[in-house]
Amino acid sequence: MEIPMICYIVVSTFMFFAGVYGFVTRRNLLAILISLELMLNAVDINFVVFNRYLFPGQLEGFFFTLFAVAIAAAETAIAIAIIINIYRNIRNIDVEQVDKMKY
Amino acid sequence: MDFSNFLWMRDEMSLLGVILVLFLYDTFGTEKSRRAFSWVACLLLAVQTAYLFCPSRMGSSFGGMYYTTPMGDAVKAILNIGTLLVFLQADAWAKKPDMVIRRGEFYVLTLMTLLGMYLMISAGNFLLFFIGLEMASLPLTALVAIEKYHQLSYEAAAKYVFVALFSSSLLLLGLSFVYGAVGTLYFADIAAQLTGNPLLYVGLVFFMAGMGFKISIVPFHLWTADVYQSAPTPVTAYLSVISKGAAAFALMIVLFKVFSPIPVIWRPVLWGLIFITITVGNLFAVRQKNLKRFMAFSSISQAGYILLGVLAGSAVGMASLVYYVLVYVFSNLAVFGVISVIENATGKVGMDDYNGLYRTNPKLSVAMMLALFSLAGIPPFAGFFSKFFIFYAAVSEGFYVLVFLALLNTIISLYYYLLVVKAMFIRQDDCIIPPLRSDGASRLSLSICVLGIIATGLLSCIYSSLNGLAFGF
Repeated sequence: MEIPMICYIVVSTFMFFAGVYGFVTRRNLLAILISLELMLNAVDINFVVFNRYLFPGQLEGFFFTLFAVAIAAAETAIAIAIIINIYRNIRNIDVEQVDKMKY
Repeated sequence: MDFSNFLWMRDEMSLLGVILVLFLYDTFGTEKSRRAFSWVACLLLAVQTAYLFCPSRMGSSFGGMYYTTPMGDAVKAILNIGTLLVFLQADAWAKKPDMVIRRGEFYVLTLMTLLGMYLMISAGNFLLFFIGLEMASLPLTALVAIEKYHQLSYEAAAKYVFVALFSSSLLLLGLSFVYGAVGTLYFADIAAQLTGNPLLYVGLVFFMAGMGFKISIVPFHLWTADVYQSAPTPVTAYLSVISKGAAAFALMIVLFKVFSPIPVIWRPVLWGLIFITITVGNLFAVRQKNLKRFMAFSSISQAGYILLGVLAGSAVGMASLVYYVLVYVFSNLAVFGVISVIENATGKVGMDDYNGLYRTNPKLSVAMMLALFSLAGIPPFAGFFSKFFIFYAAVSEGFYVLVFLALLNTIISLYYYLLVVKAMFIRQDDCIIPPLRSDGASRLSLSICVLGIIATGLLSCIYSSLNGLAFGF
C-alpha cells in the first residue's frame, strides 16, 4: 500500500511551522540556526513529494532539492562562522547579549 | 556537450575572469606587489564595464535557463558603475592597518555578489534565480562581518544572516507551492499554465514576502537599520544601492514574465506594501540621529518609490524604474562618499557632528547638499526627473491615489533631508570637524557622483535610450 501524498505534506508543513516557532521563541543562536534548518528541509520534502506524486515523469523537483541542500549547507557554514566569532568576542551566544542596537 | 552556450553568458564570464584574476593576485602576489591592489581592481572592473556597453545578442541559452535582454545588460552596466564608485570610496578604508590584510577578500567577495546579481537578473528558471539570489546574499553576510573584532559588526552580521536565511526559506516555500501547482520552474512555461489554482496564490504571497526581505519593504524591513548602521560604510553603500536595485529589478522581471496573467492578485498587495513602505520609512527617518541609520530609513522609503515602477507594469514603468535606480546610484553614493570620508578621518557619524561643516569643508558640504536635494527630488537635479517619470508611469496606469500619497510623503522626506543641510550650513557648534583633505580615489568618486547627479537629469538621451529597451507585459 502506498502512503498518500497528504501525509508527507502534513509532516513538511508541521516541520516548517515548528521551525518558524523555534525561530521566534528560542534564545540561543545555535537553536535558532537549527530551527532555520528545519524550515529549509521542510521545503525540500515539499519539492520531492510534489515531484514524485504529481509529476512523476520529470526530475526538476529532485534537482532543485539537491541544489537547495547544497546552498543550505553553505548558509549554515557562514552562520556558524559568525556564531563562533560572537562566542570568541563575548563568550556567550545568547541573543539577549547581542542587542546593542534597537529601533 | 556543447560549450557554445557559455558564449551567451559573456557578462558573467567576463566578471568571473575579473574575479579569478583578482583572487590569484591576492593569493600569490607578494606584499609589495599587492600595494596596487585597489587600483588594479578598479581598473579591471572599469574595463569590464566598458565591455558591457558593447551591443550583445539577444536570446536564451541552456534550454531557456538563461536569458539575455538589452534591458538586462543596461541594468548590469548600471550595477557595475555603482560597484566601481563603491570601490573608489572604499580605497582609504581598505588601506587602514587592521583592514589591509583582508583587503583582497573585500574586493573578491563584493564581485562575487555582483556575479550573483547578474545571474538573478538574467535567470529564466527559478532554480537559477534562487542560486543567483543566494550568491548575492551569502558573500554579503561575510562582508558585513568583515571587521570581526568590532562589537556592532558581528551583531549586525548575526542579524543579517538569520534574516537572510529566514527570508530564503519563505521564498523557497513559495517556490515549492508554485512548483506543486504547475509542475515546472521555467518562467515561460509557468506563465503559459497559470490557472486559478489557490496553491499558486499562496506560493506568490510567500515569494513576495521573501523578496520583500531582500528589498527591505516595510513589514520586513527591521534588519535594515541595524545592518546599515554597523556594517563598514562601503559595505553599507553597496547594500543600499546595488543590492537593492538588483533585487527590485529581479522582482519586476519575475512579476512581468511569470505572474503577468494575474495582476489582479499581486497589484493590490504591492499597492499596500508601497504605501506603508514609503510612509513608515519616512516617519522613522525623521527621528534618527545617526547618519548611517538615517540613510537606512531613507533607503527604505526610496525602495517604495522604486517599486512604483513595478506596480505600473508597463514599458514606461520598467524604463523609469531603471532610470530611478541609475539616479539613486549617483545620489546615494555621493551621500555615502561624504559620510565615509568624514568617518575615516574623525570617526564621527552623528548628525550633530556635522554642525557647521560648510565653514570648514565647503566642497564636501556642497556635494552632500546636491545629493540630498537629488534624493528629495528638487527640480534641477536628476532626482526630480526620476521621481517625475516614475509617478508618470504609475499615473498612466490609473494609480492616482497612491501617487498622491507618495507626493505627500515627498514633502516629509524633504523635511528630514533638509535637517542635514541645516546642520551643515546654518547651525554652529564649538567642536566643528576640522578641515580635512580626502584621498584621491574618494575625490574622484565624489566628482563622478556630482557630475552624474547633474548630467543624468539634463541629458534626455539617457532616459530615451532606456525607454527604447524597455518592455511591459
